[in-house]
Amino acid sequence: MEIAVISGKGGTGKSSISAAFATLNTKVVVADCDVDAANLYLLFNPTHESEDVYIAGHKAIIDYNLCNNCGICANHCRFDAINFIEDKITITETSCDGCFLCSRICPTKAISMVRNDKSRMYSGSFRNGKMVYGRLSPGEENSGKLVNMVREKAKQVAKENGIETIILDGPPGIGCPVISTITGVDKVLIVTEPTISGLHDMQRTVKIVQKFNLKPYLIINKYDLNPEMSLDIYEWSFNNGLEVIGHLPFDPQMVDSMVHGKTIIEWRPNSDISKKINLIWSKIMS
Amino acid sequence: MKIAVASGKGGTGKTLISTNIFDTLIKNGTRAVLVDCDAEAPNSIAFFDAKLVSTSEVYHNVPVIDTSKCTYCGKCHEYCNYNAIFILPPVKIIQVIEDLCHGCGACTVACEFDAITEKQVSLGQVKTYALNGNPSLIEARMNIGVMSPVSIIKAAIKRVDAQAEVVILDSPPGTSCPFVQTVASADYVIFVTEPTPFGLSDLRQSVETLKGMNKPCGVIINRAGLGNNQVQQYLMDEGIPLLTEIPFDKKIAEYYSKGEIVCTKMPKIAEQLLEVVNQIIEKHGNSSN
Ligand code: SF4
Ligand code: SF4
Ligand code: SF4
Ligand code: SF4
Repeated sequence: MEIAVISGKGGTGKSSISAAFATLNTKVVVADCDVDAANLYLLFNPTHESEDVYIAGHKAIIDYNLCNNCGICANHCRFDAINFIEDKITITETSCDGCFLCSRICPTKAISMVRNDKSRMYSGSFRNGKMVYGRLSPGEENSGKLVNMVREKAKQVAKENGIETIILDGPPGIGCPVISTITGVDKVLIVTEPTISGLHDMQRTVKIVQKFNLKPYLIINKYDLNPEMSLDIYEWSFNNGLEVIGHLPFDPQMVDSMVHGKTIIEWRPNSDISKKINLIWSKIMS
Repeated sequence: MKIAVASGKGGTGKTLISTNIFDTLIKNGTRAVLVDCDAEAPNSIAFFDAKLVSTSEVYHNVPVIDTSKCTYCGKCHEYCNYNAIFILPPVKIIQVIEDLCHGCGACTVACEFDAITEKQVSLGQVKTYALNGNPSLIEARMNIGVMSPVSIIKAAIKRVDAQAEVVILDSPPGTSCPFVQTVASADYVIFVTEPTPFGLSDLRQSVETLKGMNKPCGVIINRAGLGNNQVQQYLMDEGIPLLTEIPFDKKIAEYYSKGEIVCTKMPKIAEQLLEVVNQIIEKHGNSSN
């Protein structure tokens, strides 16, 4: 069973909650799908068992020995990546989308395309199972393909090790990486918080999830920061046929546990918040 | 001068800082503009009593194939690096998969039979809002299901009028293209982080990303007092200025959650932020464009 934990925006405590789920009783495979800002490996310190290269598109480069500065490439580039800078045709690497068009039309064949091969996917073991995570090299396009690769690997690892539960810690936002994270999963959990932005983002995220014919479960984290808004979230969810599966209080012990390299379940197993997380998990799994 | 406010991940207080800096500047009589570049989850406007003054759509062009002219030669498919053109010549099927199309125009160039025209497809909007009559809030908003917010972010930043003295760019999270695109147009980058291992890890990745771009940066630690001292240690080792620390205070979180500008309730924080911005302008403002 694949369970995706997402949040619309970062900082709702999604990763801490996914991590807590991952250290309850059952052995799990944890897949960190937030390839743009992978964090969970910090808590789980997984062993290094395999490493794969992920090719994140291409970038165009000009060979100035061949370029005659005609500007044809600049006229064709739709990403505003090629300009004359001090009268010299120049590609701004950060704007290049890697479409190949300039390399195809340059009359002197001065442009070549190089692969972005600095992104990686790792897998290994941690104290409660297996872990797979990706690291997108800075400035690359997060197209969701690396997320797909992470998920494939997680499934393979789960199968090889007879593990049934895969927890996907999702990326923020509503773009491709999120869509790649939830496509075809069994359950989706949305972690939100009672702030105006939390509410807006949650609503946008619910829309995306519903596009995939999935019914998300909601968790309101830090509900006591704004109880009235938590109530609004409850009401909105109810009116939209969604279930708020639990709410968690703001608890500085969450931060303490992280500082000590542990999940809240490991750090304070008998705390109120740990018990609540346990309860939420059993509801999801039932 | 353009100042980007960024954080490796959302939720460290980036929007708290950017909205409060903006508010403080405005109240101080500075011509400031806030651009919410977090196009996948724009939230800054909700903090202000602002009036929508204009909306402009951001489009890209996707191909439309005229099957009466198409010879099924397959050249467009060959030119498309995103697999957005599906073609089966034997049975004369050709189709554009719009969700995969990046609007690069390569297929149009490829077609020798004049079979491709283009149509506009919306990617999102740039909205301009007025505060006290001044159009000083700009929001980039990506449509659901669109692949990349980059072109919307670019369009939003282009909207800023040249009269603005200080432009605050509320950056998207992460270190991939949307973040890079936003900070690329900034003169200075403020990273907002929290003093935890997750915060440090995200900060480190952001700083590494910025290193290749030659931009000055500094760090604001939010929720100081929670967590540990590793972030401070890291900043010292790297020689990155610690701009200020906002103490952890449950009240801040409560005001924020209600959509209130914390600075109006806690003038001390307004002073702190103004001091930060003034120092940045003093040190880096002249070299700006
Ligand atoms: S099209 Fe080729 S030759 Fe012309 S400016 Fe571009 S790189 Fe140089
Ligand atoms: S590969 Fe495409 S996006 Fe990159 S510079 Fe060439 S035309 Fe522009
Ligand atoms: S515009 Fe570019 S991405 Fe879109 S179909 Fe044509 S070649 Fe492919
Ligand atoms: S390049 Fe033109 S003629 Fe050839 S398959 Fe594409 S649309 Fe048809």
